[in-house]
Amino acid sequence: MADLRINLAGICSPNPFWLASAPPTNTGYQVQRAFEAGWGGAVWKTLGDPIINTSSRFAAVHFNGQRVAGFNNIELITDRPLEVNLKEIYETKKRFPNHALVVSLMVEPKREKWHEIVKKVEAIGVDGLELNFGCPHGMAERGMGAASGQQPDLVEMQTMWVKEAAKTPVIVKLTPNITDITTTAKAAVRGGADAISLINTINSLAGVDIDTWNTIPHVGGKGAHGGYCGPAVKPIALNMVAECARSPEVGVPISGIGGISSWRDAVEFLLMGSTGVQVCTAAMHHGFSIVEDMIDGLNNYLDGKDLHSVNELIGRSVERYSDWGDLDLNYAVVARIEQDNCIVCNKCHIACEDTSHQCIERHTDVNGNGYLKVREEDCVGCNLCSIVCPVEGAISMIEIPTGELPLSWNQRQAAIGATGSGNDSEDSGKKEAV
Amino acid sequence: MGKSLNVNATFIPSESLRRNFAEVKAGMRPMEAIEESNRCLYCYDAPCIKACPTGINIPSFIKKIASGNMLGSARAIMDANPVGATCARVCPTEELCEGACVLNHSSKPIMIGDLQRYATDWAIKNEQMLFTAGHSNGMAVAVIGGGPAGLSAARELARFGFAVTIFEAREQAGGLDTYGIVSFRLPQSISLWEVEQVRKLGVDIRTGVRVGTDISTAELLEQYDAVVLAIGMSKVPMLGIDGEQLEGVYDAIDFVEVTKTEIKTDLVGKRTAVIGAGNTAVDAATCSVRLGASNVKMVYRRTNEEMTAYDFEFEFAKQDGVEFEWLTAPVRIIGDENGRVKGLECIKMRLEASEDGGRKLPVPVKGSNFTLAVEAVIKAIGQTRHLSLIEQLGIEHKRGIVTVDPDTYQTSNPHIYAAGDVIFGEGQGEAMVVSAAQQGKLTAYSIYNTLSAGRERYG
Repeated sequence: MADLRINLAGICSPNPFWLASAPPTNTGYQVQRAFEAGWGGAVWKTLGDPIINTSSRFAAVHFNGQRVAGFNNIELITDRPLEVNLKEIYETKKRFPNHALVVSLMVEPKREKWHEIVKKVEAIGVDGLELNFGCPHGMAERGMGAASGQQPDLVEMQTMWVKEAAKTPVIVKLTPNITDITTTAKAAVRGGADAISLINTINSLAGVDIDTWNTIPHVGGKGAHGGYCGPAVKPIALNMVAECARSPEVGVPISGIGGISSWRDAVEFLLMGSTGVQVCTAAMHHGFSIVEDMIDGLNNYLDGKDLHSVNELIGRSVERYSDWGDLDLNYAVVARIEQDNCIVCNKCHIACEDTSHQCIERHTDVNGNGYLKVREEDCVGCNLCSIVCPVEGAISMIEIPTGELPLSWNQRQAAIGATGSGNDSEDSGKKEAV
Repeated sequence: MGKSLNVNATFIPSESLRRNFAEVKAGMRPMEAIEESNRCLYCYDAPCIKACPTGINIPSFIKKIASGNMLGSARAIMDANPVGATCARVCPTEELCEGACVLNHSSKPIMIGDLQRYATDWAIKNEQMLFTAGHSNGMAVAVIGGGPAGLSAARELARFGFAVTIFEAREQAGGLDTYGIVSFRLPQSISLWEVEQVRKLGVDIRTGVRVGTDISTAELLEQYDAVVLAIGMSKVPMLGIDGEQLEGVYDAIDFVEVTKTEIKTDLVGKRTAVIGAGNTAVDAATCSVRLGASNVKMVYRRTNEEMTAYDFEFEFAKQDGVEFEWLTAPVRIIGDENGRVKGLECIKMRLEASEDGGRKLPVPVKGSNFTLAVEAVIKAIGQTRHLSLIEQLGIEHKRGIVTVDPDTYQTSNPHIYAAGDVIFGEGQGEAMVVSAAQQGKLTAYSIYNTLSAGRERYG
């Protein structure tokens, strides 16, 4: 039984699984149900001046029969009075003193507004604050949410204002709707943020109804962009988390968010530098009880690896994440087909033939049965065949010793620079970045 | 199915017959399991859980397969059902979990039994120890009978911290799961793994010890804080017709039991009649086919409408090429000069409405006698009870069916509890392995509640 407790910038929770600030954390009833189900923490749905929501708010992208590959919403922050929320936050914290209860905040970018809400919220006893600089719709049009979060100076300044008043740890939640997320992450840190959380949702339009020509969702025949989340956004989120984790100028704990649906996803985020994770879509799809397998699966995983604490995972893969220019150009893999496992669907052949490097050949054996063979000398090790292969264990990518010392693009350029020969047109086409 | 069996030659070495007893159904392959587990909707308050007599959290164990948490999946199954690996193979899932699956309405049900087998097979293959014994509470319980009900009670009691001793008359524990279910449905190794899981919790399993003979009931009652009676049922009763003593007449329970450990060739080429139409009768019939019998007929005095075997068992028998003599009752078994079976005289029956409006009664059709030329007769008309032991314990029973309080599983002697087939009948209980497992569990909880409450009161 491994120790699953985490401490994110001074905020402690019995396990790394928190509910993200979103519809599931709208009320005390919900958050208390979540804690009963096993969630280690929750970020209360964003407090601010209550808003009016539209009806018809969510949409999802189903992919080949699997529901909710991605999820899109145009719901805004809390639509309930501040006093009601504060009363329920107080009651929830009182009932669950050992769970992490963080409150998400969003007000106009004015110093006194931030001071006011920070004081009110901290007065009732919370474990931390999360500043919502990410909500991409509705609030942004009022100069809040992503409108603040896309401008590094606004992120820095507002974080600073909050820190002037705050006594509990301050987490800044970042929007992914920006070219380089480390820019705003660094701004948050300059403003004094104790931690960052990412990602918020990505600008999205879930779809268009091809019969009615309405957007999905639509509000009385009109649509507007929403925020995209769910399993589909996980790779985007994971990259952004990793970029922040490996940036020495960020250097604060990270609460990872974005498409986390299982303990495996959580492990990936932890390995890439998250101290804990926040979940929303998976809970909205299946209910709070999914945390049971998240906890159980993580625990069994740690036991299986002989790790005593979940903290031993945090950031362990960060050093393996680098820039393209640091990758070894002399490393080589080729595809190998395990004939016993191959079901001869020919998908690898056509993928390679039409869209990659034409090196998987079709043959017929003495019994007239088709089989596939990789022409290894022409295989560039792109992985495509192993990706399209529907069968476990039929195609493996095997490392081929090249007999050459590791050499990255950056090393190569440096070496060329040192010898003074800038002209390498002869072999530059061989390993070209695309 | 019948075509692929090795039963065509007149002389068949036992090795090739043995292949006929290999598990019929292959386990799910990894890709199948992943696809199927991801198809599960993870319903809230899922009907499959309610349809499982042991209340396995089915969506949870399936989700764990999907997430790659195999240990957690196996534990979720075995936590609720100490014989969950057996039940994955023998449960009538169409009538239980899979029958309740909401996808029956829109697609096809999740293959819950197969997924359960996939997860428990993983635990068996990876030699997982799933549970630990509780801290000793200083109390001791004797369990008479190491079948599913006894094992289930013993495991839960051990987890509560009781010192548990199972008294098992046979060489191995597991009861019906080890000896009574045909190998091509349930290999013995599966049941023995479940026994091992219980033994590893510190439960003392004393095999080859017959209570009432090797140790007296009085001793047990004196030495243990509680006694659980989980002795199941006994042999098939006598038909009460001539010729039952002939060579070639078998008791279906004994007949199946032999096949669990030894494949004999004495049925090769013989025409066989199985009397009865319950699940045991189907087992005896399909075993006979696999043992090389040249023709197998099930003889039943009612029709397929009234037969008690599950539909899938009936289908299975048909696929094995078993034939059926409906509305037929045995009159006498005819022997040859060497005392061996050479025929079964039968009489045709017709069904008449019963006076009380209950089950239709079979009535002989006068003058309709005919003889089936058979060389073997297998009796599968139910099971008798271990009356003598029940009498020795001095507890209330109705014709060997021990009476229990349906909430506490206590018999008329409050120190003696009973679970499983020993309480099945007369409208009490169910005859499934999964029900026995649940009763064993509930008996353990009842003992825990009674004894620990008593301890709080007295000291």
